[in-house]
Amino acid sequence: MQRFKFASGSSAVFWVLLCISQQTIAQEMGDHQFTSAQIEAGSLVYTQVCALCHGPQGDLADSVNLRLGQFRSVRSDEDLRRVIAEGGADGRMPAFQLSPEELNAVIAYIRAGFDPEGVAVRIGDPGRGMALFDGAGNCAHCHRVNGRGPRTAPDLSDIGAIRTPATLQLALLDPASAMRPINRPVRIVTDDGETITGRRLNEDTYTVQLIDSREQLRSLVKADLISYEVSQTSTMAPSTLSSDEIADLVSYLLTLRGL
Amino acid sequence: MSTFKQFWLIAAIIGATSASENISAQVQFEEILHAADEAHNWLTYNGTYSSQRHSALAQITPANVAGLELKWMLQNQVFGAWQSNPIIVDGIMYVTQRWNDVMAVDAVTGRVFWVYRHQPTEAPRVCCGANNRGVAVLGDKVFMGTLDAQLIALDRINGRPVWKVEVGDVKQAYSVTMAPLVIKDKVIVGVGGGEYGIRGYVVAYDAETGEEAWKFYTIPGPGEPGHDTWEGDDWEHGGAPVWITGSYDPELNLVYWGVGNPGPDWNAGQRPGDNLYSDSVIALDADTGELQWHFQFTPNDAYDYDSVQVPVLVDLDWKGVPSKLMLWANRNGYFYVLDRITGKFLLGKPFVKVNWSSGLDENGRPMQTPQPAGMPTWPGNQGGTNWYPPSFSPRTGLFYFSAWEDYATIYSPEESQYEPGRTFLGGNFSVLAPTPGAPTIGIGRTNPINNWTDEVGHATLFALDPHTGEARWKYEQFDVSDSGVLTTATDLLFTGGREGYFHALDARTGELLWKVNLGGQIVMAPVTYMVNDIQYVTVISGNAMGTFALTQ
Repeated sequence: MQRFKFASGSSAVFWVLLCISQQTIAQEMGDHQFTSAQIEAGSLVYTQVCALCHGPQGDLADSVNLRLGQFRSVRSDEDLRRVIAEGGADGRMPAFQLSPEELNAVIAYIRAGFDPEGVAVRIGDPGRGMALFDGAGNCAHCHRVNGRGPRTAPDLSDIGAIRTPATLQLALLDPASAMRPINRPVRIVTDDGETITGRRLNEDTYTVQLIDSREQLRSLVKADLISYEVSQTSTMAPSTLSSDEIADLVSYLLTLRGL
Repeated sequence: MSTFKQFWLIAAIIGATSASENISAQVQFEEILHAADEAHNWLTYNGTYSSQRHSALAQITPANVAGLELKWMLQNQVFGAWQSNPIIVDGIMYVTQRWNDVMAVDAVTGRVFWVYRHQPTEAPRVCCGANNRGVAVLGDKVFMGTLDAQLIALDRINGRPVWKVEVGDVKQAYSVTMAPLVIKDKVIVGVGGGEYGIRGYVVAYDAETGEEAWKFYTIPGPGEPGHDTWEGDDWEHGGAPVWITGSYDPELNLVYWGVGNPGPDWNAGQRPGDNLYSDSVIALDADTGELQWHFQFTPNDAYDYDSVQVPVLVDLDWKGVPSKLMLWANRNGYFYVLDRITGKFLLGKPFVKVNWSSGLDENGRPMQTPQPAGMPTWPGNQGGTNWYPPSFSPRTGLFYFSAWEDYATIYSPEESQYEPGRTFLGGNFSVLAPTPGAPTIGIGRTNPINNWTDEVGHATLFALDPHTGEARWKYEQFDVSDSGVLTTATDLLFTGGREGYFHALDARTGELLWKVNLGGQIVMAPVTYMVNDIQYVTVISGNAMGTFALTQ
């Protein structure tokens, strides 16, 4: 059996891909996105104003994890702005008098996942995001949510609880660079001539387990394979949605918390 | 760049068209109904609805069983008694591990496809460890009950939860440790908590949606028949849990469940009356949950003699008449034969030393002989047998089960006050020891040295003739055993025990044919299945699951 990885032979290819994706992100960010300077400034505001209750990691208030973008009721940036300015959580969180610059900065910091080097992610409308997921975004064509949709691509039922907004945005704009290594597509030819494509679930020195394109769980002994290819690319295309639509889609994905 | 984009697009289209709604290998109710004919699979907790744990597979025989070799092991990541019973569907094994993980495992290599981890919402209250005995399957779903009393349906292909329902209130110490039972379009479970003053029940849910279909309380409420077997408000906290998977007769459409002890466990004087349906078998209509009949083994139990054994359903000639029977070796030390159409008592005979009763009357009701304070009661608190799944071989006509012999307990009953979520035991007990302060048998094995020895009790595997209740043969072990039994169409019998030996006996004679020391207690029942024309036998020992097949 030969094992090789397609599209990984040349590191140049990979870098080209990264450059494309960086460029794409920059283009998609548009006028509304936060700057690194704002995120940096936001970290100071957060430390002085928010950290006392929410904690340095943003996870000390019940059911809220600011760093991971988990909130009780907040969805959009406008929601965040309102809660900070007017108070929230049935009076348990007081209102804060911040300048518009400070407000923008602390929202940028939260949306960047507390990472001053990170990319702040704009969060749109989850209802519109859901419509995009099922419709123009073509997501439901491959992904499963709450028991609906195919199982070949990763199930997204709890994706909002386990990924940051920035990672979700990256996964939409540049799927290959956000993909977890275990999920890489595989293409296998067995010694009885069967070609199997699918998504890897588990692998060890001698065997590999995957879900194939017909949604069958398959466990294969590597010694019985003629070829085994692991792709560095993704079967998912970078999204061509607009900046607003990406924000809506990310917003919807963040609502997916699992059962 | 355009080349790359084209590649992406093509890849996306391929991915999209191949990702159909085509779900592989649905498990239909019809298949479970005829599971005995689907011997390559193991589709329910006990293999079939009759719970005989008898497989038609015949590749492994008495002549070649010594050629078994280990094919793979799967190590549990959480320590404790691993009581789970795997289900096997077309080469994929579904098994639970502590606390409430479900794994889909390749049954040939032992490698894992997916793991689902359930985090209990609240600290569960369970008497005897974070036990789970496995899953049920139907259609494209796997079902697991949890320690915090939820029932969860998972997608069988990707292990994702499809629905969850609250079966009981964890704060009041309800739990689910049994493998659910699927009948038609319903998934059925019972609740544990007999040491915490629950009021037990069996409850059925729509397998597709999780919607409750019916619920049967194992303690009748005011106005219901049997309520007068309780005094005052004792019934509200009278226990009667159901924590072992039942059996099903499709012709009668009856589902049979063993019911556990009344609460408080050991102070029978605190709850006068027969305490129905504690320590009984109940026969329910599988569609409605309506009670058709019951038989109580131990009225007003003072010894924790849960009747949570697996009801084993057999069709035999009884005194010359073809009969639908139920075989039952009870924790109270008696072996019973019942007519499973009516619940009529046909035979009862002690299989171990019994001194809490001087015998059974013509209706099977025990004549109780409580021992004076400080004197030992046989069988002891863990019983003559317990939840360990038995087997019946239609070939030998024998009924096989693990028993504890020469094991007794001294009870110290006390008045107990019920408090929600707290233990409700009614006193204490101690195991009869040969010398003062000597170690005695606990509910699990944590020491590689058997420092209690056989003087405190030991295991006997019984091969009973159901017509007489007499042992055709016995196989004794030095330590006790919580292992279930598996028999096959080649008259092999597989079982184990706390010593960690996994052994194969001749089901006709009890002769030891093969054994291997796996080094950890066996507290489940072995299963067998076939993939690609190779028969496998799987057993869990200690914290590892091992699968054997013949040397190729």
